[in-house]
Amino acid sequence: MLKKDLGLFLLILVVGAVVAFLNPRFLSPLNLANTANLIGLFGLFSLGEGFVIITGGIDLSVGSIFALLGVIFINLLVDYSLPWPVAVLIIVAGGVVLGAIHGFLVTKVKMQPFVVTLCGLLIYRGVARWYTDDGTAGFEFGQKFPALETLTTGRTFASDTFAGIPNSFIAFVVVALIMGVVLHRSVFGRYLFAVGKNEEAARYSGIRSNAIIAAAYVISGGLAGISAIYLAMYTRSISPASHGNFYELYAIAAAVLGGCSLRGGEGSVMGIVLGAILLQVLQNLVNLLGIPSSLNFAVMGGVILIGVIADMQLVRYRAYKANEKKRAGIVPLPAAAPGKN
Amino acid sequence: MQRVTEPAAPFLELNGISKTYPGVAALDGVSLSVSRGEIVGLIGENGAGKSTLMKVLGGVVEPTAGTIRVDGRDYPALTVNDAINSGIAFVHQELNLFDNLDAAANILIGREPLYGGPLRLIDRKALHAKVQPLLDKLGVDFKPDTPVAALSLAQRQLLEIAKALSLDARLVIMDEPTSSLTLTETARLLSVLNELRRDGVSIIFISHRLNEVKSCVDRVVVLRDGRVVGSLVGETIRPDAMIRLMIGRDLKSLYIPPKVPPGAPALEIEDFRTTAFPDQEVSLTLRRGEILGLAGLVGAGRTELACAAFGVDRRLAGTLRIEGEAVTIREPRDAIARGLYLVPEDRKRCGLHLDFSLTQNISLPDLMTYAVGPLISPAAEEKIAETQRHRLNIRAYDIATEAGTLSGGNQQKIVLAKWLAMKPRVIIFDEPTRGIDVGAKSEIYQLMRNLADNGVAVLMISSDMEEVIGVSDRMAVMQEGRISGFLERDRFSEHNVLQLAVGKTVN
Repeated sequence: MLKKDLGLFLLILVVGAVVAFLNPRFLSPLNLANTANLIGLFGLFSLGEGFVIITGGIDLSVGSIFALLGVIFINLLVDYSLPWPVAVLIIVAGGVVLGAIHGFLVTKVKMQPFVVTLCGLLIYRGVARWYTDDGTAGFEFGQKFPALETLTTGRTFASDTFAGIPNSFIAFVVVALIMGVVLHRSVFGRYLFAVGKNEEAARYSGIRSNAIIAAAYVISGGLAGISAIYLAMYTRSISPASHGNFYELYAIAAAVLGGCSLRGGEGSVMGIVLGAILLQVLQNLVNLLGIPSSLNFAVMGGVILIGVIADMQLVRYRAYKANEKKRAGIVPLPAAAPGKN
Repeated sequence: MQRVTEPAAPFLELNGISKTYPGVAALDGVSLSVSRGEIVGLIGENGAGKSTLMKVLGGVVEPTAGTIRVDGRDYPALTVNDAINSGIAFVHQELNLFDNLDAAANILIGREPLYGGPLRLIDRKALHAKVQPLLDKLGVDFKPDTPVAALSLAQRQLLEIAKALSLDARLVIMDEPTSSLTLTETARLLSVLNELRRDGVSIIFISHRLNEVKSCVDRVVVLRDGRVVGSLVGETIRPDAMIRLMIGRDLKSLYIPPKVPPGAPALEIEDFRTTAFPDQEVSLTLRRGEILGLAGLVGAGRTELACAAFGVDRRLAGTLRIEGEAVTIREPRDAIARGLYLVPEDRKRCGLHLDFSLTQNISLPDLMTYAVGPLISPAAEEKIAETQRHRLNIRAYDIATEAGTLSGGNQQKIVLAKWLAMKPRVIIFDEPTRGIDVGAKSEIYQLMRNLADNGVAVLMISSDMEEVIGVSDRMAVMQEGRISGFLERDRFSEHNVLQLAVGKTVN
């Protein structure tokens, strides 16, 4: 797992170095701050997607959730003039509820995750467009929420010489640290891997696999709710027909690049973080190197394809090497127990 | 009319077929001939060599010695294609049908009639027309376009036979064809066999149901320990004669006597009905400190009983008491919380996480104990894993080794380690030593005895006669979903077990 992450990290460094060499503006404070902001925005919900993928499921609905919760969020602030903390709570709770519905349909109704969240993708997008009469929802002119804006789009440590660290990036790092502990250190995280790897054996060991799987969808929904707020504050106006389109695919791509297997049971938070970083660096590369931005998706797709193929080859090579060692008898047996095994 | 005076050469002649695996002779000089239009019953205990012999005939297993003559041609070993081309067809116990396709498509799969042309489109009309006569011949009550999913087990069985006939089968080998059929369905199948015999098709009929064997075969061949130990013809085909031939090997003494007499009831199963046998009620009592063997033929409903008790499967009715206290068990975690554990039959699928380490596997069912608040303490779980590794002598490089890289015996020890690290009151072992080498086997028997001596109640499901007779203190025998009898140790014998397993009483 560590080796895999290291490879991804090196890839990011190499890509970054090449881009910096070809266009020094890559390393300009402003560009770095912008990229970090995007990493934060996209990374947040990629973490939730990763959890769902580790259970062997998938969440296709996050992009539409951004549109639906986003227009509701603006509506709550603009038309209902709710205090922003209340609106934030409602939106995050909304994400949690949607995730819980997905979890219920997957575990209790036994529907396939792809189908459940594909329906979600269609339904939420449609409802969002209907909600605004297909219009654009935006803040009123001059409407300000200083504290909320600082939390979402502000920067920390900004000075004359330093562009500052985007607070969205800081939020991402904090959430990633928490999720890392949850996934790799907690009982729940171990159960998540156990259920993703072999649900049957997990059940025979007394794990409530349905509850674990549903929890993953709830986490994904909750993080999508938080992301919806960050994205709404970032764009400040939402046209529900296009806001967040395809964002679920960024999340899936980040998770897969980061070593999550769509079969379930594999993945790490570090991997997802690095995956999210690589994706944004690639976006940035397209912009800075003057590649037509229409090629954006093609570049991303190409890198993921090559990355996954290279990783598979690496795994195969390692397995081959390990076998060779075994055949040569290098793997020592415990002294107390020789004999046939 | 001219009658053939000299008897035609047999369709199939096996001569001195042996198959040895490292350390075991699965088949040892088996000779068997089957004439045209003859139904031969092939019987023997679990592990007598029946399936290996069938694999030889199917071209899947290459014999180490002996010759095979099919329809006048000699082969040192059949290939799968040889078997098909010479007209040997199988009707398997686990049906090999595609239930998303219709009957006709299943029969002619891979040989579909096509319209001409590069698109290779299937001519559905021709497909159905080709299949209809076969179905007519068997007198079935479904149509070529009936989806297989809509067919009953008996109909599927007949469909498999139709498939065999469509391949121009001259020898049909049926492995336990009646095990999941009702009485009328069985009667129907047996009459089809008679019609096939009239057409000159030879049949090898493998079954544990001795009465059916008696009613439909011309001759019975009995296998034991990979050898043909006898054959019966005509009037001599009687269940007691068959049982007498099936048993009679020397059983090594595996018995380790208990240090303490059995105590109070630890597990009481009362009037259990499982989904597999909804009409049968099962009751049994297991006492502290005893090893109760649960014997029976494969498919007698023992695993289903264990799964219902452990909460894996829903039970239709019945109560469960653990140490005298009635408990509600809806899922395995309820059973685990009460100290009732299961070592499942299919350890790779249900017992273990193959790419989890020893540590992760061993701590899994009791992870909260090794956690501080919501976080796992690696030191605590590694300590317990290390302790269990030494206690059970698990041969792995270290506790970080992935379970899947170990041998079957060591994997089984990991499954055991999971439960022994907790506080067992009752442990159900389902086929505890299947696919495990001899050394690990005896270690596992010793472990079971130690558990019992420490007051744990052990229920051991085993299809291995040597094991169930050798290890148990007491035995219950199941047959078709019910308990057909209990045996005390002084009445343990292969004869008695088999009698009960086929549904006869023991005096």
